[in-house]
Amino acid sequence: MMDSLILRTATRLLLSLMLLFSFFILLRGHNEPGGGFIGGLIAASAFALHSIAFGPAALREVLTFDPKAITGAGMLCAIAAGLWSAFLGDAFLTGQWLHWGEGDAAFHVGTPLLFDVGVFLVVIGAVLTIVLSLEEEDV
Amino acid sequence: MLSAILGIFAWALVAPIVAGRLPKLGGWVLAVVPAALTVWFAGFLPEIAAGGVVREVVPWIPGLGVNLSFYLDGLSLTFALMVCGIGTLIVIYCGGYLHGDPMLPRFFLYILAFMASMLGVVLADNVISLIVFWELTSVTSFLLIGYLHDSPKSRRSALQALLVTSLGGLVMMAGLILLGIAGGSFELSELAGQGDLLREHPLYLAVLILILVGTFTKSAQFPFHFWLPNAMDAPTPVSAYLHSATMVKAGVYLMARLAPTLGGTEVWIYTLVGFGAFTSLLGAILAVRQTDLKRILAYTTITALGQLTMLIGIGSVYAVETFAVYLLAHACYKGALFMGVGAIDHETGTREVGQLGGLLRLMPVTAAAVGLAAMSNAGLPPFLGFLGKEFMYSSTVGMAGEGMPLLGWIATLAMLASNALMLVTAGLVFVKPFLGPKIETPKHAHEAPVSLWLGPVVLAAVGLGLGVFHGVLERLFVVPMAASLAGEAVEVHIYLWGGFTTPLGLSIVTVALGAALYLAWPRVKATLDGVARALGYDSDGGWDRILQGLVGIAWWQTRVIQSGYLRHYVMFTIVFTTVAIGATMMVHGAYTAPSLAVLDAPYTAWVLALTVIAATSAAVVARSRLVAILSLGVVGVVIALIFLLYGAPDVAITQFMVETLVVIIVALVLARLPRLTAFERPNRRRAVRDAVISIAFGAVVTAVMLSVIDLPIPLDLSEYFATRSYTEGFGRNVVNVILVDFRAVDTLGEILVVATAGLGAFALLKARPRRPTPEPTPVETVKTGDRP
Repeated sequence: MMDSLILRTATRLLLSLMLLFSFFILLRGHNEPGGGFIGGLIAASAFALHSIAFGPAALREVLTFDPKAITGAGMLCAIAAGLWSAFLGDAFLTGQWLHWGEGDAAFHVGTPLLFDVGVFLVVIGAVLTIVLSLEEEDV
Repeated sequence: MLSAILGIFAWALVAPIVAGRLPKLGGWVLAVVPAALTVWFAGFLPEIAAGGVVREVVPWIPGLGVNLSFYLDGLSLTFALMVCGIGTLIVIYCGGYLHGDPMLPRFFLYILAFMASMLGVVLADNVISLIVFWELTSVTSFLLIGYLHDSPKSRRSALQALLVTSLGGLVMMAGLILLGIAGGSFELSELAGQGDLLREHPLYLAVLILILVGTFTKSAQFPFHFWLPNAMDAPTPVSAYLHSATMVKAGVYLMARLAPTLGGTEVWIYTLVGFGAFTSLLGAILAVRQTDLKRILAYTTITALGQLTMLIGIGSVYAVETFAVYLLAHACYKGALFMGVGAIDHETGTREVGQLGGLLRLMPVTAAAVGLAAMSNAGLPPFLGFLGKEFMYSSTVGMAGEGMPLLGWIATLAMLASNALMLVTAGLVFVKPFLGPKIETPKHAHEAPVSLWLGPVVLAAVGLGLGVFHGVLERLFVVPMAASLAGEAVEVHIYLWGGFTTPLGLSIVTVALGAALYLAWPRVKATLDGVARALGYDSDGGWDRILQGLVGIAWWQTRVIQSGYLRHYVMFTIVFTTVAIGATMMVHGAYTAPSLAVLDAPYTAWVLALTVIAATSAAVVARSRLVAILSLGVVGVVIALIFLLYGAPDVAITQFMVETLVVIIVALVLARLPRLTAFERPNRRRAVRDAVISIAFGAVVTAVMLSVIDLPIPLDLSEYFATRSYTEGFGRNVVNVILVDFRAVDTLGEILVVATAGLGAFALLKARPRRPTPEPTPVETVKTGDRP
């Protein structure tokens, strides 16, 4: 933890912005550069920044869940995306889609998004597990 | 057949619950499924006896030719009946023998899982599924032999059996896969038709040796015979099942199964007959030296396995016929004897020959069963064992008459000696404990409960019945099994009385010799002990020395490679990679100098490249960790810029984020490290060494990159993904569509790695043993009662 007023003030603003941005990156990933992996890394950096500014205990409070649980939830999402198609009789992880609209205005949503959310959560969880383990280690 | 195997596996999982709920009747209830399967398999008897075969194929990994395919012919049906039928009796027996044992529920799980694996071995038609079931029998028998896991002796025996049989299994796997490659099929039933081709194949000898190592270890042939008697540390039901009827016969089964495929060559005949005859004689000699009833039986099992191996080796019509008869005879009498000995042990508290006598009056039913089985073991008419012995002599004498006189007569003499000794052991197991003078035993003996005598009685009765009604035996078992072994239908005829023939003469000599040896047993044993001492013969001790040597080597290489210094680990990894890649490139001349077009890059790329070089140099000469890390961070960022420059924004952003996180994590690590004292200048020698290693590694990586660039890049995949990403994945970002849709399984594996890395870091940093907290110092209580 760094005891810096500037860092703390900046982090208060940056955390929410960065999380919003990471979510934006996650969702736009299918069509523009981005995706779950990058989004997860951005969100993890945001949380890591918070931890540096306010300390690991404060981060745990913000997160609500243990990072290991977040990792697990991510794995579950990814596997669920795969099993979804398996239950429908396709090969494991075949994309299942819903469509609205036509042409350029078309909107598609499907299991790859759920899968990407899984990637997102796993990355956040794993990175924060490492960061928190390091920060909380008593020397 | 698959459902039968899976059914027993499922039943094994239920078994602990059932046995836990029904402590008294558990064995009887659990025997229902094996009993039902016995009946089910028996239903195939008429069809198989009529010359039919049943094949069942369930694709498993069809792309690799791996199927869960099963094959039922005379050989596998007989084995399946033995596995299920004797298994039924054993399960009932377990309930009585281990009654009240707190671990009994777990025991049922193990033994039923073993039964399923064994059934898989004998039914499997596909080579790969055979190997899977084969190793499963090794693993489950390990659990069974080590059942009394509190005893170091049990643990050692279990480990020994596991190591010997599973290492043999691995060697065999290599052989079977070669066989599949040579024969062009992984189905045993198809390979059987390729026999002529395979025997001429250049790989034949390699295949044969590798497979025989596996079968010899499993069937305890010399020189791998030492594990089987040790495995007797398992509870008696296990001995009765694994070591009489099932697991140890898996090797014999496979040799029989492969006889039409690989058999008949000179190597095959000499190896199998030679090792088989020697093993049988060795087992018999070792058996009469024992005084523990169970160990006597264990060594005679080795004898029987040797004889069966020899019969497969001979391969004549007589021999395959004998194999069929003797296999059944042995399974019946050995199962009965083991269970009978277990009952004796259970009721009297001892298995020592010298401490038992006169039990006939006290345990009449057990005595009857053991007596019948022992007579079959001794090879007396009209028992199944007699038929086995008669035809065995016919085979060896026949071999002597058919162009192999030396081998034939040696085998005949070896059989004569081992059969005579078998008769001695039969006497030790039956005559001494039951008929001899009454001796007071540690526990006061009673007749065993029905669950303990049912098995021996049934098996002994089957052994007698099949001997008397040998027409049934011939039609249902011997003809189909002989056909499986010979690879074609053969004409066989079973008879009790064949006139005054050489085999009959040999039988009479055997009985006379056996009886004489039995009467002189103490002297025979003393002589053999003396010979053994003089020879210093001890294969079990040899095993210990091999194991110690292995552990010694492991220690040595651990000391050298794993010094405990991270820098050494990194150094070894880098040196190995450098040498492996560099040497391969040199040997294959894979390095191709790039065309000069590579140098035609925009000036920005040059600037970036120079920055990388500068940053790397800064890292090398840096005197502080922080500077070194930051310089490496610059390298990472520049590489991200290169990605951006060449149109890979996704990769670039990822690289940026990773660099950021690396800086954060390294900063956290640095805060924990001791001050810079450890980061001193290395001495000159080490500096030179490190420089050489790093430059070599860098050179190899550069060479690889340049060669890769020089290769024509196949664009069809890129085109495939570019054209399909929107139409099929509904995304315009090809990279992301590949990650989450086209190649999502890869990504799933990668996030699993990421998750594991996180957990690994957690385990390293957090889950280590806590430092002992200082004990609170006890506060001295000062008596203050006398305060004024």
